[in-house]
Amino acid sequence: MSELTLVQAVNRGLQQAMHDDGDVILLGEDIGLNGGVFRATDGLQKEFGAERVIDTPLSETGIVGTAIGMALYGLKPVPEIQFQDFIYPAFDQIVSELAKFRYRSGGQYPCHVVIRAPYGGGVKGGLYHSQSAEAYFAHTAGLKVVIPSTPADAKGLLLSSIYDEDPVLFFEPKRIYRAVSGEVPEGDYRVPLGEARVAREGSDLSVFAYGAMVHPALQAAESLAADGPSVEVVDLRTLAPLDEKTVLASVEKTGRAVIVHEAPRFCGYGAELGSLFAEKALFSLKAPIVRVTGYDTPFPYALEHLYLPNAPRIVHAIRETMAAG
Amino acid sequence: MAEARPAPEETPTLPTDDPPLSDVLSAYRTMVVARVMDERCLTLQRQGRIGFYVPMQGQEAAQVACGWALNDEDWIFPAYREMGIALTRGVPVQLLINQFYGNSGDETKGRQMPNHYGFRRFRFVTASSPVGTQISHAVGAAMAARAHKDPIVTVSFFGDGTTSSNDFHAGLNFAGVFQAPTIFFCQNNQWAISLPREKQTRSATLAEKALAYGFPGVVVDGMDFRAVYRAVAEARARAISGGGPTLIEAQVYRLGPHSTSDDPRRYRSDAELAEWKEKDPVARLKHELRASEALTEENDQAIWDAAKQEVARAVEAAEKLPPVDPLTLFDDVYATRTPALERQRGELARELAAGGSTP
Repeated sequence: MSELTLVQAVNRGLQQAMHDDGDVILLGEDIGLNGGVFRATDGLQKEFGAERVIDTPLSETGIVGTAIGMALYGLKPVPEIQFQDFIYPAFDQIVSELAKFRYRSGGQYPCHVVIRAPYGGGVKGGLYHSQSAEAYFAHTAGLKVVIPSTPADAKGLLLSSIYDEDPVLFFEPKRIYRAVSGEVPEGDYRVPLGEARVAREGSDLSVFAYGAMVHPALQAAESLAADGPSVEVVDLRTLAPLDEKTVLASVEKTGRAVIVHEAPRFCGYGAELGSLFAEKALFSLKAPIVRVTGYDTPFPYALEHLYLPNAPRIVHAIRETMAAG
Repeated sequence: MAEARPAPEETPTLPTDDPPLSDVLSAYRTMVVARVMDERCLTLQRQGRIGFYVPMQGQEAAQVACGWALNDEDWIFPAYREMGIALTRGVPVQLLINQFYGNSGDETKGRQMPNHYGFRRFRFVTASSPVGTQISHAVGAAMAARAHKDPIVTVSFFGDGTTSSNDFHAGLNFAGVFQAPTIFFCQNNQWAISLPREKQTRSATLAEKALAYGFPGVVVDGMDFRAVYRAVAEARARAISGGGPTLIEAQVYRLGPHSTSDDPRRYRSDAELAEWKEKDPVARLKHELRASEALTEENDQAIWDAAKQEVARAVEAAEKLPPVDPLTLFDDVYATRTPALERQRGELARELAAGGSTP
């Protein structure tokens, strides 16, 4: 075990995979000599060489397309998109190609690429360095979408993603790259994909969150611990495929659900969770489901502190839900 | 990946020999099969027996010569108009026809429209419909092959319209930077649906675009089997020896419509079509083989008859095959079906058992 920040844990996960498997190869903008703009790949080119940690030209569609070709041939490429906000030039490659290769080839061509991208707000990044685009990808059949919230999960989920058989979009909450640290197991530590984590047990209400939002959700729950309701916090960890069993078990136990994400509300990931609860757990619900999310606006610069969900907004939603029934 | 680029004087001498005459005759047979397939499939579509078809008449010499100049271990990244190269790789006519029918003999399980096939054992990667996306795949696979020290090249196939796409630029740029052992095989068939070549780009040739990416681009008469063969053999030798990629512009003509949903009379003249029909690559190679006495009129007739019989047998067999098993709908989305897919599979199975959703 060692105490690491989240971004250090990502780095250790990549290092472990590259050490253990010669087919693991990294490519992206400024990831080699510079170690990545967030230093996620710091030192890896020095350790593994420029042929395995490849600085690429500035083209996201080129990065992902090239990675797809590498994967078809049998490598395990882990491309980095410098900010998730810049993933859109590669959208066609991800949605039309990566997601569909196995299916459209009748299983002949699995295409296992793990795309890493820092996502989310809270870093004064404005419209184009703050977005949470997970819903676009969770909506696409054939992709897995993974978002860690702790350093241990960052390493464990990343290693599981690299050794998975399906394409994975691995979104890293950059706001807590350094703000959160924790014990991370050494070696080839893996956390299985498709399993949500009950981050805090409670009996009166369930808060569902992922990535950076798990932390304000936990703060909100703690702040109510003395005299408020007993709040459970579920960290989804894998958005696609969703661990329906764990989330349904939680909402059936507590009967109340508050869903938190940074992305805009309309057609956001919370809408899927809300539908799931309505379809599968309606008669367990004691109160309407409440979503605490980004507003349905582009991500703002000067007003980001008002845009992003925080512990007080989550507390308010919890109180509102408790009052409703 | 190696970024070193050999100085021009270090570029090895490249073989540009013609293929042996017996090979050319075999290649001609393949071109005839492609032509017969094309004509038969257009008819099958008009009769409503297959849903759609993308013809490739006019591009037979370019594709078959390209395939002939490659090694069986080389990887093909096709677009959706590459039947000539598929046949050259040895893909059986029956499997192509099965894919057009989307029946239980379709190795891609009826998942895609006709012409979007793929065959891993022939190193022929499954095509998609977006244009140009396969270009960077070929670059990545070439880099991976080099990392594995496999002495192969990859070849991406695309048309004149695709040279305007994002992925053309990205793919060629990456290939130049990383000196990937790959060949960009552009079949300039003069029309991107209704847009003529001269409105696609201001560049005088498509091949010259390679110069901006730092590697050779060559224009070749795509109706000339031997010229294409030599260009591809040279590009392959350069790639294998570490000399990097080549863009080949094979100038051909799409004698048919873009697809069975297209009516080219809306945008191009009969006179233009007639002019290009004079350059028909199948007729041209026949003429050359006749002139060199490698082919008699009798042998030629036998080649056409054999091709027609082979295709007719394949169509007959395809129409006897049962449809795709409905429950395969949920396979290959992921390596293993997710719980949600299992549930949806169960829903469809119950619906089918109750007699609903029958085609």
